Amino acid sequence: MSNTSIDAGELVPEVEVSHGLWVTLRAVLRQPSAIVGLVIVGLFVISAVFAPLLTPYSTTDASCGVFDPPSTAHWFGCDDGGIDVLSLVIIGGRVSMLVGLFATVIAMVLGAGVGLLSGYFGGSTDTVLMRITDYFLVIPQIVLMIVIAAVWGPSLSHVVVVIGILMWTGTARVVRAQVKSLRERVYIKRVESLGASHTRIIVRHILPQVGPLLVANAVLAITVAIFTETALAFLGLSDPTAITWGTIMEHAFDRAATSAGAWWAVVPAGMAVALFIMGCYLIGRSIEDSLNPRLKVSYLSPRSWAMRTLVGRGPDAL
Amino acid sequence: MRKSGYLWKRSVFALVTIYVAITLNFVLFRVLPGSAVSRISKVPNASPALKHALEVQFGLDKSMWQQYVLYLQQLLHGNMGISYQNMQPVSDNLKSALLATLPMVTIGTVLALVIGIAVGVLSAVRRGTVTDHATTNVAVLFYAFPTQFLGMMMLIFAASFLPSAGMTDPFAIYTSWADEAGDVIRHMILPVLTLVLTLFAENTLIVRSAMLETLGEDYVLTARAKGVPRRKIVRSYALRNAMLPTITLVALSLGSIVTGAILIEVIFSWPGIGRALYQAVLARDYPMLQGGFLVITVVVVVFNFIADLLYFRFDPRITT
Repeated sequence: MSNTSIDAGELVPEVEVSHGLWVTLRAVLRQPSAIVGLVIVGLFVISAVFAPLLTPYSTTDASCGVFDPPSTAHWFGCDDGGIDVLSLVIIGGRVSMLVGLFATVIAMVLGAGVGLLSGYFGGSTDTVLMRITDYFLVIPQIVLMIVIAAVWGPSLSHVVVVIGILMWTGTARVVRAQVKSLRERVYIKRVESLGASHTRIIVRHILPQVGPLLVANAVLAITVAIFTETALAFLGLSDPTAITWGTIMEHAFDRAATSAGAWWAVVPAGMAVALFIMGCYLIGRSIEDSLNPRLKVSYLSPRSWAMRTLVGRGPDAL
Repeated sequence: MRKSGYLWKRSVFALVTIYVAITLNFVLFRVLPGSAVSRISKVPNASPALKHALEVQFGLDKSMWQQYVLYLQQLLHGNMGISYQNMQPVSDNLKSALLATLPMVTIGTVLALVIGIAVGVLSAVRRGTVTDHATTNVAVLFYAFPTQFLGMMMLIFAASFLPSAGMTDPFAIYTSWADEAGDVIRHMILPVLTLVLTLFAENTLIVRSAMLETLGEDYVLTARAKGVPRRKIVRSYALRNAMLPTITLVALSLGSIVTGAILIEVIFSWPGIGRALYQAVLARDYPMLQGGFLVITVVVVVFNFIADLLYFRFDPRITT
């Protein structure tokens, strides 16, 4: 595509991927922010897996008074039905994370598919697919989601599908840019002239190179999916009987937790979303940063005016 | 010639997008099972004659294509139907809603941009220092907060000293227009603050990484070798070039601005288009829903077009 339009694909940093998965992984793990992110996400995943064992109280029956403030028995207080908020948040994490995961899987499959086809085959395939992507990018997705979810009916699986099928555009552009530059590499040309099929080239030579980028993208996409789920839930478009971080906040708002001053009905769920998203964001950014060699050099160093490259100055420099 | 080519292409793209949205709007509400009549005529003892009368009244006896042409014609005349909720024309409802939304969202977005650029540049220039770590971490934290969570925190902790619902005080008697404007501004503080807090973080992170990229370019090295003052390097060399990806990414984040605006309007009962959409969802008011979708899409496309024009202004290399 020529530079005639604002093209997000062109702004994706040229990524150096030839050094393989393991080198990338090591570069990622050298960054403290990646470790912090992994620990946060790991803890959330553990709490989701063992949720039934971890919840101190039932999430369906009242165990204390209406909007009881936090106490030693109920660390995060109680909601409008006298249900322990801590238990709700632990159980709610399960569904929220699953919604995020499934929506992301849909988006990744679509995005990677479109990106691969578009970047690999180029020509008219590329033009058509990228035009479609352009329209999807411009149309405000949340509004489209609201319309579809409203007409289709509130249900958790609808929410997953709606988020998934509207979230793939970013991935498609990033993958396309990457595949396009890989396509020009000499070794791909050689493999091609040796008679390898398109499928083999894509599966054996292109996909592994796009892998790390796709992982970074997926981790960042989970944050968007979870955000969107909470937003749709807040607008009453999620399954009202399911317990998710989104519906917990929605119930608190609907049932006047704000005018009752019951911040404990809102804060735990909100903080859970924030922490989980922060964890994912830190991981995703670390992968992206370690794939981008241009970020390692700065000609305008902060303190000394001395010129220095930041290569080999340890993780702090990045 | 080249310049006009670019503008021409972008204008066509904007128009086609709007057309796609209009068509999507038509199709979406018709591909779903059950017509409006089959719902209305669910009343007991609805005779086939009544059903047919309703179908004729709603124009559902015509072919899909005729309906589509009719829909386009009506839309061209500004007719978006009648709201089920208050029996007013949808276009009138949306006009007043849009007028309430635009000032709030514009002020919030501009403030978030200014703060985001300032903080992003600061942290990129002082990369690796305490300032950088502090600002980046604060930005990541605010990026991670759901909008409705921040909004509800505002409601709980700031509603005692600032108005938190609506656009004006319904019981106020104004003595002058300045009085009224003051009231609106007071009502605007909390929604705008929430919007700024949720948007500035994303902008900061975008500007920071764009700045970091340009600071690693060879022309910055050349400028330093020439002895160009530091401030000038940052402003004219790095920032100017970092603005290009920033404009694009901010344009692409228009979607998150819309999301934020809808949630904020619901939380603070701001009588804008987001809240209208929310109420339309609750009341299953399809004409309002359609109209709202269309108007928001058109506004976003127009702002995207403006971003294109800005991009064009900032990047003299753009040619066809």
